[in-house]
Amino acid sequence: MASISPSIAVEAAVPGVAEIRANVVRRRRWDIVFAVVGFLATSVGVVTLLALFVDLVMDGYHRLTPDFFLSFPSRRAAEAGILSAWVGTCLVMMVTAAIGVPLAVSAGIYLEEYAPRNWVTTLIEINVSNLAAVPSIVYGLLALGLFVYALGFGQSILSAGLTLALMIMPVVVVATREAVRAVPHTIREAAYAVGATRWQATRDHVLPYSIPGIATGVIIGLARAIGETAPLITIGALTFIAYLPDPPISTKPPFVSFDWLWSGFTVLPIQMFNWVSRPGTAFHANAAAAGIVIVVLTLAMNGFAIYLRYRLRKRITW
Amino acid sequence: MSAVVTAVPFATQSVSADPKVKSRIRGLNFYYGNLQALKNIDMVVYEHAVTALIGPSGCGKSTLLRCFNRMHDLTPHTRYEGEIRLYPDDVNIVSSDIDPIEVRMRISMVFQKPNPFPKSIYENVAYGLRVRGVKARSELDGRVEAALRGAALWEEVKDRLEEPGTALSGGQQQRLCIARALATDPEIVLFDEPTSALDPIATASIEDLIISMAGSVTILIVTHNMQQAARVSSYTAFMYLGELVEYGPTTELFTRPRHQRTSDYLTGRFG
Ligand SMILES: Nc1ncnc2c1ncn2[C@@H]1O[C@H](COP(=O)(O)OP(=O)(O)O)[C@@H](O)[C@H]1O
Ligand SMILES: [Mg+2]
Repeated sequence: MASISPSIAVEAAVPGVAEIRANVVRRRRWDIVFAVVGFLATSVGVVTLLALFVDLVMDGYHRLTPDFFLSFPSRRAAEAGILSAWVGTCLVMMVTAAIGVPLAVSAGIYLEEYAPRNWVTTLIEINVSNLAAVPSIVYGLLALGLFVYALGFGQSILSAGLTLALMIMPVVVVATREAVRAVPHTIREAAYAVGATRWQATRDHVLPYSIPGIATGVIIGLARAIGETAPLITIGALTFIAYLPDPPISTKPPFVSFDWLWSGFTVLPIQMFNWVSRPGTAFHANAAAAGIVIVVLTLAMNGFAIYLRYRLRKRITW
Repeated sequence: MSAVVTAVPFATQSVSADPKVKSRIRGLNFYYGNLQALKNIDMVVYEHAVTALIGPSGCGKSTLLRCFNRMHDLTPHTRYEGEIRLYPDDVNIVSSDIDPIEVRMRISMVFQKPNPFPKSIYENVAYGLRVRGVKARSELDGRVEAALRGAALWEEVKDRLEEPGTALSGGQQQRLCIARALATDPEIVLFDEPTSALDPIATASIEDLIISMAGSVTILIVTHNMQQAARVSSYTAFMYLGELVEYGPTTELFTRPRHQRTSDYLTGRFG
């Protein structure tokens, strides 16, 4: 068989190649060093969270019975539960979301789509980003003066919800602006070019396409609010509550009631704080159990935010 | 200057003997802040004809085109001076007395990169009607079909109108955008380099479409491709550094350019 393969000259060693190899090995070493350092640095966060959670679980796991969720607090640690606390947390979060989300989303959209670029807008923008850095206790003081006394809402679920709504606003405003900014300019042009008004372009395109990003911001904001203690203690959350607020839905007309808004309340982290500050390990087990519930709730919300972002983003392609 | 003739393969559209004027630009200046992008433009746009805007990149073609649908109103610190009069009612569409939305309801636009909404094919085409308040399903159905036929896309998509417009191929997406621009029965359709993001086959089909549309609608098209201008347009305007250097029937401009700059550009001496 006549082959047309060219002849290849093979040499055992080429001068210079050994040097190249040594050079590569020397430089590679630093790659490995940084990879190890980086991995250790990353592990600090994960290991700490894991250690905390394992500690909580060991202390509180045996208290996580159905009764724990269905009982009011009690003087006897073994009979105490978190019923009023988790119901309070749910109701406060409802108010926070119902008030905070529309306000923050409107503000974010206004700043991105409508606001003229001038010094007033710049001032508002600086203010909003600074609000995110204000310690939560300061929100509590503001709310005590404004909602509890000046507006006369009292030490109620309404006051608590409004306080936390203010607190999550900066997070949601920033998330909204980022999501809105990610909508390509060409999409807005397409809408305007067929005669849409600014509001139509916003309502029909910019807002719907930003929902994944906004929802992520909302959930992260709420997950932060769910663990807040200081501002709610400031406005006078109770630490021992053995009743539930009026139910929002009833079987009698008019079927919905807003009396619960004016009710006194407690929330999960405050209940936990209360138990931690008592002497005796029995109550500490209750605190650990409440802690597990809060951590699981927060992680679940963050997980859901990640899932939402992933799912909804995949459906929108430009 | 006869070398120019051989540089371009011709299939130029005919110029009618007594063309009607659709729009007249008079003393138009346009500014981005302090930068004057258009300088004292005078030009007419003939009805039911294709008019091409050519010239080197950055000469102001897109800027001139976007004056026609007041797209610049969306950019802060921009300013129009002079007139673009639209006939038959003889209004100055760049006057601040005229709402830009009114102008965009009469003059629609197809962009450089296909930009369908991430919605269904049907909703993409219907959107211009929806913003006007058209709700009746029968009217929407009829006009969506007519627009898709007008954009030579109906046969390809009639069985999947509910699928997302973004799932179509690039050429189909651009025809979808043309359908969206046609659905509202515009008087003028503006094209800004509509084939620059497309492959040669999709480009040819868009060019055929533009030629076929010209019977019923006035077309202004920006292109940096001289062959394309020669193929689709009846009139061509050559711009340079924000000025209109030369304007006339495409055949004349390409075969007997009156200005040295035009002939230099056509022969590829710069651009
Ligand atoms: N949004 C803008 N702001 C400032 N200058 C711009 C803007 N858009 C275009 N220009 C300038 O205006 C001139 C004309 O641009 P354009 O009309 O896009 O050119 P062409 O479409 O012919 O390539 C260029 O000098 C460009 O830099
Ligand atoms: Mg351009």
